[in-house]
Amino acid sequence: MAVSELHTPRRLAKLHERLGEPPRLVYIGAAAVAFWFVVAVFAPFIAPYDPIAQDLRTTLSPPSWAHPLGTDNFGRDVLSRIIFGTRLDLEMGILGVLFPFLIGITLGAFAGYFGGIVDTLLMRLLDVTIAFPYFVLVIAIIAILGPGVSSFYISVALVGWVSYARLVRAEMLVLREQDYVMACRALGFGHLRTMLRHMLPNAIIPAVVFSMTDVVIVILLGSSLSYLGLGAQPPTPEWGVMVADGQNFITRAWWITFFPGVAIVLAALSFSLFADGLAEWLGVQE
Amino acid sequence: MTLLDVAGLRTEFATPTRAVAAVDGLSFQLRPGEILGLVGESGSGKTVACRSLLRLLPSRRARIAAGTVMFENRDLMRLSEAEMRVVRGRDIAMIFQNPASHLDPVFTVGDLIAEPLIWHFGESRRAARKRAVELLRQVGIPDPAGQIERYPHQFSGGMKQRVMIAAALACEPKILLADEPTTALDVTVQAQILRLLLDLRDRTGLAIVLVTHDIGVVAETCDSVVVLYSGRVMECGGTQDVLTRPRHPYTRGLLDSLPTTAARGAELPSISGYPPPLDRLPQGCRFHPRCRFAIDRCRREPIELETVDDGHASACVRWREVMEVGP
Amino acid sequence: MNDLLVDVRDLSVRYTLSRSFADLLRRKPGRELAAVDGAHLAIRKGEAVGLVGESGSGKSSLGRALLRLTPATGEVRFDGTDVLRQDRRSLLAYRKRAQMVFQDPLASLNPRFKVGEALAEVLRVHRLTRREEIPGRVAALLDTVGLDTEFADRRPRGLSGGQCQRVGIARALAVEPEFIIADEPVSALDLSIQAQILNLFLRLQREMQLTMLFISHDLGVVHHLCQRVAVMYLGRIVEEGPADEIFYHPKHPYTQSLVEAMPRVEFPKGRRELPRLEGEPPSPADKPPGCAFHPRCPHVMDACRQDPPPSIRRVGAAATACHLYPETEKA
Repeated sequence: MAVSELHTPRRLAKLHERLGEPPRLVYIGAAAVAFWFVVAVFAPFIAPYDPIAQDLRTTLSPPSWAHPLGTDNFGRDVLSRIIFGTRLDLEMGILGVLFPFLIGITLGAFAGYFGGIVDTLLMRLLDVTIAFPYFVLVIAIIAILGPGVSSFYISVALVGWVSYARLVRAEMLVLREQDYVMACRALGFGHLRTMLRHMLPNAIIPAVVFSMTDVVIVILLGSSLSYLGLGAQPPTPEWGVMVADGQNFITRAWWITFFPGVAIVLAALSFSLFADGLAEWLGVQE
Repeated sequence: MTLLDVAGLRTEFATPTRAVAAVDGLSFQLRPGEILGLVGESGSGKTVACRSLLRLLPSRRARIAAGTVMFENRDLMRLSEAEMRVVRGRDIAMIFQNPASHLDPVFTVGDLIAEPLIWHFGESRRAARKRAVELLRQVGIPDPAGQIERYPHQFSGGMKQRVMIAAALACEPKILLADEPTTALDVTVQAQILRLLLDLRDRTGLAIVLVTHDIGVVAETCDSVVVLYSGRVMECGGTQDVLTRPRHPYTRGLLDSLPTTAARGAELPSISGYPPPLDRLPQGCRFHPRCRFAIDRCRREPIELETVDDGHASACVRWREVMEVGP
Repeated sequence: MNDLLVDVRDLSVRYTLSRSFADLLRRKPGRELAAVDGAHLAIRKGEAVGLVGESGSGKSSLGRALLRLTPATGEVRFDGTDVLRQDRRSLLAYRKRAQMVFQDPLASLNPRFKVGEALAEVLRVHRLTRREEIPGRVAALLDTVGLDTEFADRRPRGLSGGQCQRVGIARALAVEPEFIIADEPVSALDLSIQAQILNLFLRLQREMQLTMLFISHDLGVVHHLCQRVAVMYLGRIVEEGPADEIFYHPKHPYTQSLVEAMPRVEFPKGRRELPRLEGEPPSPADKPPGCAFHPRCPHVMDACRQDPPPSIRRVGAAATACHLYPETEKA
């Protein structure tokens, strides 16, 4: 409950009241992120062509007035595919962060609040998870589950929660020693009320900031996995898939790989700007 | 003979809109062997004032806007930074409230004390170490020769404060600026440190500026006292004079706030309200919103210090009435 | 004594020091630190008792143990029932009757909550007030502690230390407790503000017949506010008695040096000698044998170095635990 409240406009208004004017970076970042959302939502209206409609008369045509970013080997419009690709890539970025975020902060909060055996168990589990390289572990889990977008979400959730758990746990450990948390106990507040209502909202800020950075990482990861054939499957328009498809023609038709690549970089940059702005505004050290 | 003569010192902090004065018009004289108390509550500017004397200001937003600090016929405010470095530590030394954060943890206490000697006088390391042992003995650290190889964190709070005093005294300064040196200590240890400061003064003629919020500490140790409120001097004079016959409502209020002076369980005639934030200072006398003696004039114009007795000045237009209602 | 409200018997608070990994492997038991070591304390209804001690004396641990905020052994009888052995439900009921005020006024308030929200929450959790009456009750609480109703909409960060402490007191009063433990509630405040808060405590005690345990390092403050005073040193209560007795005729050498060391505004001084008590309190993890005070005691005898001090017993109007006062002496 406390978590969802954090995102309501009322809460944000309060945040504004408490922290004062956000730095300009927040606005620039927010605008850039909003741009991608607009593109994703209005894709059918913006895109000039159907992203999967093939037109074998115009295969591999370079950027022109009819096809501003050119066409691929099936004659599909690259611009339209990028625009529709935004939908899947944003979805991967957001859901690929949301699940680990929720799992991580819940486990981290419990571990940091209760300490003792709960904490010890969680920390061991965490150690085991980070003992493997992130990318290798994700690929291994997908290999077990079989390629596809849902496998991607599951594997990212199973691996990505550790960062959030660690951040929240560390904050909770600090907060636990605060007088006001002691006061909550003295006032007879229950564990859940103390933890969710009084501690978590104060412990969650670094995790929120990190999640913005994480969106970037996950989008890149999603694209890379699709490139490797483990994520989105053709002919679904997805940036990583497009890069993979285009590489056979890289010498003859550079635009097929180049423009989706640019889209990945720009989207990543947008979230990263927003993350930096938030970090500055909320006073979080990364 | 005056050792240090401070006149009209004003230290400002820049805010986005304008400059506010954390210290405004501070003047006092310090004689050799004198202990002077700068007393005030938080936000009174006592620490800023003390640091301004050595031009060690807390941030780049702070600057000394006016005033002179005469020491040995030189105005410290006009010296170059290089000349100032010679004064610091060698002529005027400083100790702080929290020795733990002011003693570099990677040096042994022997090195900490020897360093100023090597830096200021170019003494050999060996001679400096020998002197360090002597200094540790002077500040009452048992078995000094066995202690100089130890690190600050191996000492207790009171002992750390002694080490800091020893390091400050290494170059035999003429003045010691002590910024709340006993605030972080337990009462029994505080008494030891205060006794040490008194002993040092008696033995070496060291003059001390003691910054504190504790009137009891002032009464126990200081010869004269300057009472600060919101950056302005409210009252100054001989300690006994000021504390037994206060001529300013603020000093009176502070003394009345002491639980030990009132009858047990009786309501303390405390000062109402809160000190104003620096960027919202009231017009006129800065104390007037909390003052029960305030009249129209206090709200209108700033009140200047006025001599009320031999060596005793008060910045109150109604100091006579304050004295009459006093005990 | 049936008007006894709080009866603490043989209370100990022990913390286990963290062990190094090597010690863990060697199965060495963790070293224990007794922050409170067999304390006895009795508080009558409507009485204010002061608990004085320096850092590391265990006074805060004792206060927290009384509210079961830290694990403890022994007995804490509140109105006859042992608090340390209560189940969850009766513990909640107990916390409606006993409350705490904390040292750091700002840190004891959740920075996210407006003052009014913080107070309202307490009322809601304990179902003390009907929903529509909450704003009125919040205003009344604020009025009790001398704050304007408009403070309900302010956040802790915008308040001064004294104002925060008033909010902390209002929050403790919200459950209409009989017993308040105040842990150094004025030590973070400036002198003029401290006086205001002390006046508030005096008034509350008078008007609501509150029973109080007032924890402080400042003997002067405690003497002013409390009828009786207990003095702690390294986890033990070394002396206990009427406030005036402790303040003017201390029996235990430690209490004597505490009283002597208090800086006073008294003239003429004739350069009153500052007291000669040497040394500093050792760490509670490293207590000296015998009487814990013996390395600093000006009256130290052989017995003090070997035998623990006798249990606390009456000497004159007060009671003390010291070898100086042999068993035979009777009031």
